[in-house]
Amino acid sequence: MFELLTEIVSNQRVTDDTWLMGLRSAEIAQAAKPGQFVMIRVRSGLDPLLRRPFSICGVRDDLFLVLYRVIGKGTNLMTELRAGEGIRVLGPLGKSFVVPDKRTSRLLVGGGIGIAPLVFLGQFHREKQIPFMMGFRSAKDIISPQRITGEDAGFLVATDDGTKGHRGLVTDLLEERLRENPGEVAVYACGPKPMLRKVAQMTMPLRIPCQISLESHMACGLGACQGCAVKASAASGRSYVYVCKEGPVFEAEAIDWEGL
Amino acid sequence: MIGKDFDMPLPVPDLTTQIGPLSLQNPVIAASGTFGYGLEFEPLVDLNHLGAVVVKGLSLKPMAGNPPPRIVETPGGMLNAIGLANIGLEAFLKDRLPKLRKFTTPIIVNIYGHHTEEYGELADGLKGVEGVAALEINISCPNVECGGMAFGIDPVTSARVTETVLKNTDKPVIVKLSPNVTDIKTVAKAVEAAGAHALSLINTLTGMAIDVESRKPKLANLVGGLSGPAIKPIALYMVYQVARTVKIPVIGMGGIMDYTDALEFLMVGARAVEIGTANFVNPRVTLEVIEGIRNYCEENGIRKIGEIVGSLRTEPATSNQ
Repeated sequence: MFELLTEIVSNQRVTDDTWLMGLRSAEIAQAAKPGQFVMIRVRSGLDPLLRRPFSICGVRDDLFLVLYRVIGKGTNLMTELRAGEGIRVLGPLGKSFVVPDKRTSRLLVGGGIGIAPLVFLGQFHREKQIPFMMGFRSAKDIISPQRITGEDAGFLVATDDGTKGHRGLVTDLLEERLRENPGEVAVYACGPKPMLRKVAQMTMPLRIPCQISLESHMACGLGACQGCAVKASAASGRSYVYVCKEGPVFEAEAIDWEGL
Repeated sequence: MIGKDFDMPLPVPDLTTQIGPLSLQNPVIAASGTFGYGLEFEPLVDLNHLGAVVVKGLSLKPMAGNPPPRIVETPGGMLNAIGLANIGLEAFLKDRLPKLRKFTTPIIVNIYGHHTEEYGELADGLKGVEGVAALEINISCPNVECGGMAFGIDPVTSARVTETVLKNTDKPVIVKLSPNVTDIKTVAKAVEAAGAHALSLINTLTGMAIDVESRKPKLANLVGGLSGPAIKPIALYMVYQVARTVKIPVIGMGGIMDYTDALEFLMVGARAVEIGTANFVNPRVTLEVIEGIRNYCEENGIRKIGEIVGSLRTEPATSNQ
């Protein structure tokens, strides 16, 4: 874990409301594992005060990449940052995805900005990769993994309005895949809560290993503030689990999906 | 190369400070609830350089805490309603404290209870325990004996809790005052009379925030405690008032983000400061504040940190340049 002033190498709009930032830090780029995140201090001063958490969505040499959706004050300010500027970053933080033995095929299921950690996972473990399933609102919102990593990678897409690919939910694609004898698979998912709930409800009865990356508001990212609590499943014997340190990647069984 | 002190050794300011029976190597303390058990910050901060560490608030039994969302950022601050989530006395003694004993920095344990006796039992459970330098009593939590009203809003219940803890401990006792009162001096005096060794203030200010689209509170708990730079002027004034009212040492806190903020608290009479929310923003802030205070002392010819404590000049500013 490092706390460093990193150099912004690039900061570009990818779709209407998503941006991709490239940051230079050999330390973080080398240490980062898929599923981990960084806490970014958007600017010095007191407003915004707290750092913002972002999944690492890829690494290239001494650079690491952050895909972000512009939703509030902090992310709006991030769009104004230019290449060459410095920004303080804490990371890499949290638990990464655990990748099982090589016989198991990996199904990546991402919704919207939730594709970010999965792009990194796909880049990291390319063998035995099954086309990435991604869901977006509309064709114009599609974020191609190639746009991020620069590497050619196939993907299946679902859009809410049917302007591209399957009309409907990304979980429809997963359902289809699981229906046709999937063999030994493990599912990796990140996205909006209703999507994740559905993924968990589809995989758990079939005893398909499923790891899900959650997001939460958090202040420290280090396990100190305990702000990032998420309701734990009854089976876990806990009341809450903490996204920053015990996550952000959890086994689907660890979470209370009804209470999320 | 010309300077009258050229042959003199560089003055090293003496940053040591005394909080009742407790000696600190410098006046910078990591505040409870913002620094975990210290261990969370170990990769980034050498704990041995700090004045002291106050660990996460401890209760007799483990507490799960409040449902999420537990935190929300507000202008210049944050609201939290963690719900005092913690591992409880037994797990603290077994799993956390042994890992803290390797540090030379005093470890202060922040304690709270749901009723007066629980404070006593907790203090008793920490009696004679090696590696616990002092207790800090959180009196801002709800008192089940009084319909959930915080102990700390009433001088009588505050004093009673203080006496109960003192009866059950061999450690120095610091009472952490709530700012959610009409006159903080009244509670401060009551707690001093009850025998507290020192006071720390302020705890968070109660507040709320609402999402106008959903018309729902931004915290599941509806209300939370406001911390961060937004509360600093209030905190500073309260520390100023209390330091002039009591004879026991005062530890100041509330929105300290850098060394100048810390100096302000020292100047109004605090003998040490606690740093809280700033740890989230800059995990190394405690070390930077110590460094900043040291530099300030060197640049201003201050040999002992005590020279700054209570050094506020209240005469009208004059220009005599």
